Amino acid sequence: MNNNLQEQIIRSGDLNVLKCMRCGKCSATCPSYDEMEYHPHQFVYMVEKGNIQPLLNSESLYKCLTCFACVERCPRGVEPAKVVEAVRLAAVRKQDGNHLTADKIPAMLDEDLPQQAIVTALRKYAK
Amino acid sequence: MQVNENKDFEPVIVAFCCNWCSYAGADLSGTNRLNYPTNVKIIRVPCSCRVNPMFILRAFQRGADGVIMCGCHPGDCHYTSGNYFARRRMTLLFSMLDYLGIERNRTRVEWVSAAEGAKFAETMESFTADIKKLGPNRRLEDLRCRKQ
Amino acid sequence: MQRIGVFVCHCGTNIAATVDVKAVAEALGHEAGVVISQDYQYMCSESGQNLVKDAIKEHNLSGVVICSCSPRMHENTFRKAAAAAGLNPYMVEIANIREQCSWIHKDIATATEKAVILGRAAIAKVHLNAPLTAGESPVVKRALVIGGGIAGIQTALDIAEAGFDVDIVEKSPTIGGKMAQIDKTFPTLDCAACILTPKMVEASQNEKIHIHSYSEVSDVKGFVGNFSVTIKKKARFVDELKCTGCGLCTEKCPMKKVPNDFNLGLDNKTAIYIPFAQAVPKVATIDPEYCIMKKTGKCGLCSKVCSAGAIDYNQEDKFVEEKYGAIVVATGFNPIKLDKYDEFAYNQCADVVTSLELERLMNAAGPNGGTLLRPSDKTHPHKIVFVQCVGSRCDDSKGKPYCSKICCMYTAKHAMLIREKYPDTEVYVFYIDVRTPGKNFDEFYRRAVEQYNVHYIKGMVGKVTPKADGKIDVQASDLLSNEQLHIDADMVVLAAAIEPDKTARPLATMLTTQMDTNDFFTEAHPKLRPVESATAGIFLSGACQGPKDIPETVAQASAAAAKAIGLLCKNSITCNPCVAHADELMCNGCSSCEKVCPYGAITYQDKEFRMPNRTIAVRRVASVNPAVCQGCGACTVACPSGAMDLNGFSNKQIMAEVDAICK
Repeated sequence: MNNNLQEQIIRSGDLNVLKCMRCGKCSATCPSYDEMEYHPHQFVYMVEKGNIQPLLNSESLYKCLTCFACVERCPRGVEPAKVVEAVRLAAVRKQDGNHLTADKIPAMLDEDLPQQAIVTALRKYAK
Repeated sequence: MQVNENKDFEPVIVAFCCNWCSYAGADLSGTNRLNYPTNVKIIRVPCSCRVNPMFILRAFQRGADGVIMCGCHPGDCHYTSGNYFARRRMTLLFSMLDYLGIERNRTRVEWVSAAEGAKFAETMESFTADIKKLGPNRRLEDLRCRKQ
Repeated sequence: MQRIGVFVCHCGTNIAATVDVKAVAEALGHEAGVVISQDYQYMCSESGQNLVKDAIKEHNLSGVVICSCSPRMHENTFRKAAAAAGLNPYMVEIANIREQCSWIHKDIATATEKAVILGRAAIAKVHLNAPLTAGESPVVKRALVIGGGIAGIQTALDIAEAGFDVDIVEKSPTIGGKMAQIDKTFPTLDCAACILTPKMVEASQNEKIHIHSYSEVSDVKGFVGNFSVTIKKKARFVDELKCTGCGLCTEKCPMKKVPNDFNLGLDNKTAIYIPFAQAVPKVATIDPEYCIMKKTGKCGLCSKVCSAGAIDYNQEDKFVEEKYGAIVVATGFNPIKLDKYDEFAYNQCADVVTSLELERLMNAAGPNGGTLLRPSDKTHPHKIVFVQCVGSRCDDSKGKPYCSKICCMYTAKHAMLIREKYPDTEVYVFYIDVRTPGKNFDEFYRRAVEQYNVHYIKGMVGKVTPKADGKIDVQASDLLSNEQLHIDADMVVLAAAIEPDKTARPLATMLTTQMDTNDFFTEAHPKLRPVESATAGIFLSGACQGPKDIPETVAQASAAAAKAIGLLCKNSITCNPCVAHADELMCNGCSSCEKVCPYGAITYQDKEFRMPNRTIAVRRVASVNPAVCQGCGACTVACPSGAMDLNGFSNKQIMAEVDAICK
């Protein structure tokens, strides 16, 4: 279960957590550091190890400002903000009730609705 | 330009590489495990100036779909001036091929040094893609030479 | 018809993992003329070679095809093996199925197919091979060392010791290189100048060593044993032979605001300068960009005070051409520019310095006379933060992908020296990993922690912000205690990554040697031939081949010297028998070939030929001097009648290869 979740997170965020060399530069300048239970470098490490449940339950997910300071500073191109975002997405997606399938779309089509909105809706809610 | 519909077309590509720069560059792309298509087969020559335009015509006659010649960068020839001769000869050959109506992209001259393994792989990649776009060489192939 | 043996190498799994070697051997066994086709684990090993030798004798082979690694790697090995079995070595051809097949392809089916085609091309070529005999070419008994740092000096001293003449070409006004700028050396903490300057003097006094300082290599021609090198002696506007190095001119020079590059711009020098007191050669140099006389034509003060009359404002660059048997490259390294790393505020704050700058700040001959003071306000720093891996171990877009190797040790050294000299100073070192493999190295680092109480913190500095009160706010993470830290530092020292000198790449092009993607010179074999380049007669010494500390550099320098001496000891080397030759019956004496030959190897002779009806005609025909010909083949293509051909790469052989590939 966790392995699937890990793979889903890694694929959805196009992540490269194995590139991390554990320098901690991402956490060094994180402006939300003190607010976070798990810090950016821990996100990277825990996703790599598949230890994702604690992250999903943690408030830290919503403390990240997505300021991208960590992405900018990371010497290895790991992009920790994208890791946090991918975990956040997994947490949001897991909540039920938002599912939309392809066959339901034609009925919803509306001339005024932009095409992009439909595609986005399908991507976002399709399971 | 002829657009080839056949997706399975695997062109035969002959690459002439000078021993000192380009062949070493090809070796370096191997050492660095840089991938390029299997279509490319390399023939080692001491210098790009050893490549007789006849060799290129012969390759086309025998059914090659593309021929590329690689040498040291101008000014860096191991034999001082060989690649300058090669450059002139190829210019003449290419203008003749143009006159015959052979697509310009079927032949290429590229300077690759012994340090440019990545460039070698990229060049072979893009050349193979060009030839795949052009499709098989039909104009210059001598069907009598084709062995079944 | 030739009797050909085919030998397919597995190269362990290097080839066998992506090429079905058994299938290749099987397929090539059916080719015309092939009498035996075998595969073997390691064809280049002794038993593999014996396999080839035995097959030559047993099957009376007249040609051999080895499907293995690049001919640049093992062609000679197999030629020697063939010769030992009584076969002419030039009857051996290599099909390159490793570098140009198994290593670049992933699909077994297509890679195997390609390997078979490459094998067929080699077989087609061997069918047309003819036995060749190699001639000999003399070796010039003189070596060139490019770069006058500790690597170049050590190599030159060792070669001179063996009795050969050596020239050192150094681009700056003095030899000594980076080691001359260093204060102390790890792990013994002895002073760098105390061990380097005697070697510099030794080099200058050795009558076998000739130093071309302030010079560059501008052109290289020729080949192993017989290189012809043009050295550009840049105009220093001072006659080297007359200058006594008294230094009076540097005292009188009115232009005193020239950034001192020996002290990395931390202080100023004069427009006419001697880089440092122990410079070799101890000769002044004028920087024409700052010299008032060179710029305005009015001044000439140095010329007036020079009692030796050494100043010459009209001096021009000189070019010297010299012959060498061997060339040793020792171009060294430089710390990288830190412009890309804004977060460390290197460009904004004078008190953020690189480690090499700290060496100068702490050096007794440096800008502060050996007292460690902040560059900005010349006060004593009480809190110093060291940042490791700045630009090293980075993603390609962010810096250098490699470990710079020396930083862990010199940072421990700096931390220890500061704590020793100024016990009131707190020292923090931020590290990702501490890498100290080396004799007495880890003990040294532990001493910094245990004995000198240097605070080592696992983590990285994320941002350095200069504050209005002159302090520097260092924001970092402490990974082990899971904290974000703010340190109010007085100085920050960055362990900048090191990179090869910028002159290395154009030099590699001139020498036709290989470099890796980081511009380090590539050795002929990463384990077994670490000091030779793949180009014969070119050797590698020091950090131009990869990051190295001083002991390793000196070891490699001596190893390169030993290899160069080995070459210089020979009176002659076997030369390439793959030279051009003219078919006199077809030659019409048109001189086309003579015009394109870069070596002047072709001359014309009048020869008598028997003609029909018992007449004799005298015709002018080309003849090639095989000792001078290098075998480029320019003449073969120029020849309108097809009389000129190249041994080993004949028209027919190449055509046969083309045919085999195009089948």
